[in-house]
Amino acid sequence: MLVLVAVLGAAALVALAVGPVAIAPAELWRVLAGGADPVTRAIVLDVRAPRVALAVLVGASLGLSGGVLQGALRNPLAEPYLLGVSGGAAVGAVVVVSMGGTDPSLLALAAFGGGLAAVVVVIWVARASGFQADARVLLMAGVVVGAFANAVIMVLLAGAPAEAARGALWWMMGSLGAAEWRDVARLGLVLALAGPLLLHWARDLDALALGHDAAAALGVSPERAGRQLYLVASLLAAGTVAAAGLVGFVGLLVPHVARALAGARHRAILAVSSIAGATLVVGADLAARTVRAPSELPLGAVTAVIGVPFFLSLLRRMR
Amino acid sequence: MIAWDRVTIAYPGAARPAVEGVSLGAARGALTAVVGPNGSGKSTLVRALLRRVPTRAGCVRVEGADVTGLSQRDLATRVAVVVQREEPAFPMRAIEYVALGRAPHAGAWGGDARGAHAVREAAAMAGVEDLLERRTDELSGGEWQRIRLARAIAQECNAIVLDEPTTFLDIAHEMAAFELLAGLARRGRAVLAVSHQLNLVSRFADRVVLLHRGTVAADGTPDEVMRASVLEAVYQWPLVVSRDPAVGAPTLVPLRRPTHHP
Repeated sequence: MLVLVAVLGAAALVALAVGPVAIAPAELWRVLAGGADPVTRAIVLDVRAPRVALAVLVGASLGLSGGVLQGALRNPLAEPYLLGVSGGAAVGAVVVVSMGGTDPSLLALAAFGGGLAAVVVVIWVARASGFQADARVLLMAGVVVGAFANAVIMVLLAGAPAEAARGALWWMMGSLGAAEWRDVARLGLVLALAGPLLLHWARDLDALALGHDAAAALGVSPERAGRQLYLVASLLAAGTVAAAGLVGFVGLLVPHVARALAGARHRAILAVSSIAGATLVVGADLAARTVRAPSELPLGAVTAVIGVPFFLSLLRRMR
Repeated sequence: MIAWDRVTIAYPGAARPAVEGVSLGAARGALTAVVGPNGSGKSTLVRALLRRVPTRAGCVRVEGADVTGLSQRDLATRVAVVVQREEPAFPMRAIEYVALGRAPHAGAWGGDARGAHAVREAAAMAGVEDLLERRTDELSGGEWQRIRLARAIAQECNAIVLDEPTTFLDIAHEMAAFELLAGLARRGRAVLAVSHQLNLVSRFADRVVLLHRGTVAADGTPDEVMRASVLEAVYQWPLVVSRDPAVGAPTLVPLRRPTHHP
């Protein structure tokens, strides 16, 4: 665990130092200690630091959310973006974009609202399916709501001006390019509320992973615990979408890495998952803005390009 | 200790209730067996105890308290249940699985002073110490059954309920499992086992409850329940009941149907 935190810290420092203007380690240290010249200070603290901080929060949130959803739904493919949240959030944002809205706060709010609406629909369907509402219903409802959202997005974009469509597309590929301290504060608040709650419920996840009857035998009300976990994990994911667009793959990949590193207990899995997720997104964002500088690569694509080979090698080694 | 009191349960859309007006109890210090053909309502009773199906009438009580009035966690500190089927979504080490039996006892952030000791003790009782470091997805069906039994023992409840605990077990492990359950009962726990192994049940159980189409067809000592006329009517199969040569317990021998050549 300490090693993971150290790796994350190192990645964050590298991300602060590297960019169009390279900053030497000694200079970086002076900035962090409160010294250095105003230009360097501005580059580090106003441009790069919010971006790195938001990368940490987005990665940690997605890792945490994915770990919770995989456990609660008993499915190794579950991840926030598969389960309707991202689709709903994207619809919210695209509606604003296609109506000509550009205010980042409005966009974030619409995305969060869209994600929330998708979660509410999924839970409503799962509840209506009766007393035995189980993980499969949540999963299927989520996937279908996601597919519906994608259809809505296509309809909206088909009629939208090219500029709006391009903006929406960029947003759907995920980016931290517009990160400001305001975004960091917003997502930080969401994570500060959801994180401890999810870690507290992590023990229920251990029981839920055995199936509903077995979870009940271990003292967990499976439907209620499942819905609570789904709700909070999804809202956390909606928060990341609002902050950075769709950063795919982190929520799917990172929990599997965490499981390989941390064993079977979900409290440990979730902790490792959030740290590893943060590290991945910090690294991916660094790559996104430096590989083809001065233009940027979409963050969601970079996480996939880094993540897929890694994930496949993990699958190969899995017994 | 555990009492099903005139319980009626109907699944949505089913033509008839899964169980209707069933009353039975599992007393402390006794091994109670619930037997009956497939679909006779055995597992439904276990699921009602766990509050997994709502009762249409009647109630299930544990230590006098209606289970619907208990929290799920309270229930899990009073009765340890081994459900018919369970499979970890993600493989874990067997010892981690057995330790899940401690979950109902742990404090909010995981404190459980007795935990490690209870797990070792339960593993020793179930005879699975050598399996503890194995992964759950690498255990055979029989090993997994024994690990599940160890988990229930680690839960350290006054009552233990098992839904077909000897499925997948060979003869020796089947006998060992029933010896273990009888031993738990002798030490004062209420033990209830749903089983298809009538011949084992008749040797180990203090009381046998025979279910048929959701109602109690017979209830009493093995000698009282294991009668050919009763069993033939319930299982719809010709059979004879003899005595086992070792201990004289009633032993069921199903017969081959005579072949008809019309």
